[in-house]
Amino acid sequence: MIDLLQHQFMQNALIAGVMLSIVLAVVSFFVVLRRYAFIGVGIAHSAFGGVAIGSLLGIPPILAAIVFAGIVANAISFVSKQKRIGVDTAIGIFFSLAMAIGVICIGLSDVYNTDLFGYLFGNILAISRWDLAIIAGLGGAILLSVFLFFKELLFIAFDPEVALVSGMPVTFLDHFFLTILAITIVISIKITGIILVSALLVIPGAAATQIFNHYSRIIVASIVIALFSTVGGLVISCYLNIASGATIVVLASIVFFISFAIGKIRKH
Amino acid sequence: MSISADAESALQTDPLVNLQDVWVSYDDRWVLKSIYLTCHAGEILGVVGPNGGGKSTLLKVILGLLTPDKGSVTLFGRKPDKVSRMRVGYLPQISLADRSFPVRVKDVVMMGLYHKMGLFTRFRRAHEEAALSQLDRVGMADHAERQFGVLSGGQQQRVNIARALVADPRLLILDEPSTGVDSVAQDEFYELLARLRDEKGLSVIMVSHDIGVITTHADQVACLNRQIHYHGDPTGYLQPEIRDQFLGRDLKVMVHDAHCISCRMRHMDHD
Ligand SMILES: Nc1ncnc2c1ncn2[C@@H]1O[C@H](COP(=O)(O)OP(=O)(O)OP(=O)(O)O)[C@@H](O)[C@H]1O
Ligand SMILES: [Mg+2]
Repeated sequence: MIDLLQHQFMQNALIAGVMLSIVLAVVSFFVVLRRYAFIGVGIAHSAFGGVAIGSLLGIPPILAAIVFAGIVANAISFVSKQKRIGVDTAIGIFFSLAMAIGVICIGLSDVYNTDLFGYLFGNILAISRWDLAIIAGLGGAILLSVFLFFKELLFIAFDPEVALVSGMPVTFLDHFFLTILAITIVISIKITGIILVSALLVIPGAAATQIFNHYSRIIVASIVIALFSTVGGLVISCYLNIASGATIVVLASIVFFISFAIGKIRKH
Repeated sequence: MSISADAESALQTDPLVNLQDVWVSYDDRWVLKSIYLTCHAGEILGVVGPNGGGKSTLLKVILGLLTPDKGSVTLFGRKPDKVSRMRVGYLPQISLADRSFPVRVKDVVMMGLYHKMGLFTRFRRAHEEAALSQLDRVGMADHAERQFGVLSGGQQQRVNIARALVADPRLLILDEPSTGVDSVAQDEFYELLARLRDEKGLSVIMVSHDIGVITTHADQVACLNRQIHYHGDPTGYLQPEIRDQFLGRDLKVMVHDAHCISCRMRHMDHD
């Protein structure tokens, strides 16, 4: 552990992992509550389109991905509110459209395969101080806004109609949360990659929900589970020299199954 | 001054809720046709009618959740979506909450206070106490700390009623409030409504299939089957001519009193 920490890249990876775990865990609580898991998958894949557009146009890929994923997230929600279009249908359409745009843009630009692989599967070696600053800034803003709007987001998840009647800006907050979700996903890509990021959007909240019945405990447990999986996964992957994003997800999944078992036992 | 006195008296006589020639359609089918409806301060208005008659739709129009195709709707003298909805308590027909939702009973009641607290504020002791005293009113104080989802349907309904009442609304809009609620609790609830009406001038618009409840507790009745077939005193709508126009098979009588419609109908069958 000590010798691992001597490497700058590992320090950066751990700092990023800790910050992102907290953000992902808190957002994950609402993702599970609102059944947004599949929307998360769709947004993550659309981030690929954003990265590709960014590299083609010479815009920083993270920035392009945030804008593109944010647009797709809100478009999914908007389209799915129309008659005759289910949420899953909307996701299915936008997710593949965004990927298709991404593939075309990649073909037109001169992105190296190693970069591409990093975006798809995560690359903790590539976390710079600049990335840390972005994660700290945007992650902090996300945590602050969830804290400020917590009771509103909870009410809307519980009963959107009554929330609307009592004067909550329901539509605004829906789109606001989807935008937060998109940003969370994009800033997490360097750790787990596009393919696996949705796991960390679902598992911490889902695992915590197995054990606890009240939101305050669920959120705390969700943070603990995300921290454990991310830090543990990073350390194990370095020792064993295996893919770190995948290791994090495997560890998180193990925690989920343990939580599931604990939940079953507690309820009997 | 005389102007302000006029304004004041106008406030008192103007209806809280006023619908003028309101039309609503779903998928090119008229669900509400030319609805005229008023509800004044301190009045309990019962809305009855068959399934699919448009009762829930009517409430949504009043609340501003649904914009009518034609006609004008005013709530407190303004357009519903412009009103600070804060003064309206709403109990929907079907609550959308799922069973595993991680909130306690008292958290659900406190949701009724969110708008009073405004954005960016946290709960305080006073909010919790308000929620607890409201739970006491509906006989659910002992369950305050339990998870909402594990309650029975009728218990959840009582908690939802407490949530609608907690912010001290001037108008209550209730879509079948007695669904699943046992008769003792129902009696207590309707007594509570009458008390709030008499003491605080609360207005209530309430949908019910229970004719007995409407005749006993409502000051005004509206019979709705796409159109309003009757709007007036609760004793009047039991006249056979009016009843025959709108009556659906779903109207069940649970309280047998002098107005019991099914008894009268059975009586007529034998004639
Ligand atoms: N969202 C919707 N889309 C399409 N049609 C709808 C919608 N909501 C209601 N309707 C239709 O409008 C009509 C009136 O429905 P509404 O729910 O207002 O009836 P109701 O009087 O409340 O009935 P119930 O006693 O069963 O609650 C019904 O025919 C229903 O099929
Ligand atoms: Mg209804």
